Amino acid sequence: MIDDAGIVVAFWILAVSTVLCAVAVATVRNLIHAVMFLALTFVGVAGIYVVLSADFVAVVQVLIYAGAVGVLMTFAIMLTPAADRENSETAFQLPALLLAGIVLAIVVFVVYDTSWHVSDREAFVTTARSLGEAFVKPYVVPFEIASVLLVTAMIGAIVLTREDVDAP
Amino acid sequence: MSRLLTIVTDHWWDIRDLSNLSGAILDLVDDAGGPAWLIYVVSGLLGAVGIVSFIGGVAIINIWIERRVVGRMQSRLGPNRVGPFGLLQPIADAIKLMQKEVLQPKLADALVFTAAPIAFTVPGIAVLAVVPWGRNMTLASLNVGIVFIFAMSSLAALAVFIGGYGSNNKYALFGAMRVIAMLVTYEIPIVLSLLGIVMLTGTMNLSEIVLWQEDHWILLIMLQPLAFVIYFMSSSAELNRTPADLAEAESEIAGGYHVEYSGMKFGLYYAAELINAVTVSAIIATLFLGGWWSYKLDEIVPGWMIFIGKIYTVYFLFVWTRGTLPRFRIDQLLAFAWKWMTPMAIINIALVAGEVTLWEETGWSAGVLLPTYVVINSAMAVGLIVAWMRVFAPQFERFPDQLRFYSTIDVPSLPAPERPLRPSEGRAP
Repeated sequence: MIDDAGIVVAFWILAVSTVLCAVAVATVRNLIHAVMFLALTFVGVAGIYVVLSADFVAVVQVLIYAGAVGVLMTFAIMLTPAADRENSETAFQLPALLLAGIVLAIVVFVVYDTSWHVSDREAFVTTARSLGEAFVKPYVVPFEIASVLLVTAMIGAIVLTREDVDAP
Repeated sequence: MSRLLTIVTDHWWDIRDLSNLSGAILDLVDDAGGPAWLIYVVSGLLGAVGIVSFIGGVAIINIWIERRVVGRMQSRLGPNRVGPFGLLQPIADAIKLMQKEVLQPKLADALVFTAAPIAFTVPGIAVLAVVPWGRNMTLASLNVGIVFIFAMSSLAALAVFIGGYGSNNKYALFGAMRVIAMLVTYEIPIVLSLLGIVMLTGTMNLSEIVLWQEDHWILLIMLQPLAFVIYFMSSSAELNRTPADLAEAESEIAGGYHVEYSGMKFGLYYAAELINAVTVSAIIATLFLGGWWSYKLDEIVPGWMIFIGKIYTVYFLFVWTRGTLPRFRIDQLLAFAWKWMTPMAIINIALVAGEVTLWEETGWSAGVLLPTYVVINSAMAVGLIVAWMRVFAPQFERFPDQLRFYSTIDVPSLPAPERPLRPSEGRAP
């Protein structure tokens, strides 16, 4: 299945367009354009998940990253005055390139160094049910901790940004 | 007679089940020795061409339906001059739109400005791929169909937002901000209301939800009346239709996010809104009204005809609310979602969770439990709506002392002018 002609063609189309969009995110000068390319990158990654028959993860990727995170970033840019136009040169160009290179090197090293456990079984027909059962049965404590953490972060954000309405 | 019928059935010319036709074409490809991936490509193309051509026709005819129905509701005639009953009016409108010059503001962001209408149109059509049009007539029978619907609707919001932002117009930006505010608010009741259905049926596949309704001989609107009300209202807010069309409120912000669009770019926005209305109608028809299944009726009438009939039933409801209800204010609309829809949807989920647990733990037969649930849930829906109206209804004020919804803002007084102003200069002296 994974060596099927259609899968290979789909993978290469998705991979090339995802990488091109990711490069465009870093190189375009206009921040709104960068967010658009970022959303496209997220959609491309979702397509790669589909190729791997991880349908639930793919759809959630589109829902959360392309939808919610994209909107969030657009909002952040919009609330920053003149952030989307006339961006000047930054002094952090070289350090950023260096850091990105190091991260890439580490990831590539880990990918090649790990002995990947290959399973013989077929891909899951439906992943949503298995994921849901895993969340509420063996991994319920991490799941709940993550929920509490997110609620704490949300309340913290509200407390930090809230204006004192009672003050005269 | 029955012999004659068997000759007609199960051949490609039997239009009662359109999957016969596509099946015949696929068999043809298979017999010609096409590789496995070719079958996928051909079936995908067949479904996509079918859906897109259906949508194209619907977007044309629905303009006429909507204008005629709203006209009748408002005691006027609606379009009735071009062609019989004004049927050719949408085509005349489309020709006018295509001929118009496509203007673009000088300081607009060209890439964003052009990409936004396209990105707004695509998700609405993509949702229709997971909708079952009949037995064996689903283009993509996704196991995560309902989450796919949410994902696509969140993409459309980003498109509207960047379109409004890229127009470089303050009214467009206001409209875009309202879209985001409404989307962030109404996404929650939409997701929570459909969660009840997922819990009851135990699947997110839309075809299987229809089959569940067929198996249990019940429409989900009976089991989930509150969820239907919540989903209907929230999706009319997401669709920007008139009780909630604040993103393009002409009287306040001159058209909102598409104020700078003209010609066919505006036409694409307009078509996309019609398509999204049909898409949401199709989702409601599938999830709440049984899709192509309709008790014994689907043995006589083809399933896809029943389904299209149901789509238009729901669409009529949307047109009806548009024709009769006044527009909300933005704070009312957002407060409505947070103060009513979200709590009610959570109560609904708690109720459904209890019912599903009872059903699974006791193993009582569905024939006894489901009618009981119908009665309980309907009573709950009516009770909650009435209770909310009693508790939260604004008191009628004939002469309000002060506005209740706004706090007062102290505006620093302007410095006194050095010379008296003329009336043409704005302020009276």
